[in-house]
Amino acid sequence: MKRTQRIAAAASATLVFSLAASTLLLWRIDQIRSTATLDEALYVTSPKLLKRLSLGYDGLLADIYWTRVVQYYGAMHRDGGGEYKLLWPLLNLTAQLDPKLTRTYEFGGTFLSSKPPMGAGLPDRAVELVEYGIRENPDNWHLYYDLGFIHYDQKNYSAAADAFLRGSELPNAHPVLKMLAARMAEHGGDIETARMMWTTTYEDSSDKDIRENALLHLRALKVDQDVTALEHLAEVYKQKFKVFPLSFRDMVVAGLLKGIPVDPTGHEYKLEPGGKVIVSNPDDLPFIVKGLPPGYVPSDILKSKPAK
Amino acid sequence: MSSRIWHIASNTFREAVRDRVLYNLIAFALLMSGAAVLVGQISIGIERLVVINLGLTAISLFGLVIAIFIGIGLVSKEIDKRTLYTVLSRPVRRWEFIAGKFFGLSGTLVVNTFFMAIGVFIALLYVSHHLTHADAGVLVALYFIILQFVILTALALLFSSFSSPLLSAVFAFSLFVIGSFAEDLRGFARLSHGIARWLATGAAYLVPNFSALNVVSQVAHQVSVSRQLIAYNTAYAVLYTLAVLSATALIFERRNLK
Repeated sequence: MKRTQRIAAAASATLVFSLAASTLLLWRIDQIRSTATLDEALYVTSPKLLKRLSLGYDGLLADIYWTRVVQYYGAMHRDGGGEYKLLWPLLNLTAQLDPKLTRTYEFGGTFLSSKPPMGAGLPDRAVELVEYGIRENPDNWHLYYDLGFIHYDQKNYSAAADAFLRGSELPNAHPVLKMLAARMAEHGGDIETARMMWTTTYEDSSDKDIRENALLHLRALKVDQDVTALEHLAEVYKQKFKVFPLSFRDMVVAGLLKGIPVDPTGHEYKLEPGGKVIVSNPDDLPFIVKGLPPGYVPSDILKSKPAK
Repeated sequence: MSSRIWHIASNTFREAVRDRVLYNLIAFALLMSGAAVLVGQISIGIERLVVINLGLTAISLFGLVIAIFIGIGLVSKEIDKRTLYTVLSRPVRRWEFIAGKFFGLSGTLVVNTFFMAIGVFIALLYVSHHLTHADAGVLVALYFIILQFVILTALALLFSSFSSPLLSAVFAFSLFVIGSFAEDLRGFARLSHGIARWLATGAAYLVPNFSALNVVSQVAHQVSVSRQLIAYNTAYAVLYTLAVLSATALIFERRNLK
């Protein structure tokens, strides 16, 4: 083998080995610095400073911060939730860097206001963020809808009605806003209003997380309605036979049900002694109010991490 | 290190000094003394923070400019002046020439960073009147900045071995910017699907990871840097530099210099 060939062979071997080893090391570095880029939001909290530092490339920086929001929320949600401590600063920085990036307000409005483990449980921050979005994008009816939704979720029906009404006055507004504004005044706490709200959110949003959140709420509403109806039927059974039914089969035999009832995820409801109806898979139905097994603690809370 | 590499390295260092590269220290000294006097008056409570952020960022930028603009000329200048033929006509192998140039410029950058670091600590002492144990973190940040320079010098040499100085500067600077967002790049890759995910992940792991070497904000806020990260970053910088230098040697060995 010639000298140049020996050098080429040695250099090639070194190149391949070094590159492979450095890639492995990088993978390890990533593991010990898993939230390093996100932690910047704790250090650089001033959007004005960040805007200056971006040297005019604030749009690109906003896009980078937006992907950090998605990664942060996705990773926290996957790991069972938590306090989402960085969600507000990350969203605030993104919104200030690019006020026209409306996904920020839609996402922020939903997950800042939602209670843990689904969100940060910061409805005031959510209102602040969406109000800022409205000031920067006054012709976008979706933002009024988001604002109204946050107020509705907080049971502040008059503020919700006001937001829906403001949005409905825009020339391109969705007709549902006018309807929601009217419903808020009289039927704010109705299950039907809730269903209408979550259905609109599900149909209107293109964000995967928001749609999933809306779907979970719609399922929860269905379960709450089902449990109420089934427990009422168990009462009817008792009035007829002087005892509560031992199973749904008894109610089918009595002609009160056509079959064994199932929840929206396809699992059968359970009938407890005393006519109480519970779901068999409460972890899959995080927002239900009725039908929870006695002493149930959501597994999300059990496995949730401390504040991040 | 063989004596031939050492000679080329010391000549490269001397040449950089003759080219008045270290004059940037004057600009840096003026910047730091001006900042130290000014921040005491305008940034109440965060003087230390401002001095560390400004000092380390300035060191990084000054070094970046030197590494790229001197690095891209290391090979092409020798070809233009025809001094390369004189060197290679002696018993010097091409890879030794590359290694010597690399060590020479890296040494220049280390010396430059050393003097600038003294400037930062003097400014820090001026604004806080004393140094604390937490200020040792600044040394770690400086060490990481030097590791960045080492990688950048190797990259500048790589591009200089086959491209024109202008294009080499563009390539090296672009890689520095991309590498500074390397962690975000891997984040983008994680969010994509299918073949795009594989391609993005491959690219994300191939570009130099400058983001893990930037702990300026962290040390400015007195957050300690783990020993594990120092060890991994050192090993990473050494291995990545070795890979780039191997590629440079491979290209340069095959290059027709006639």
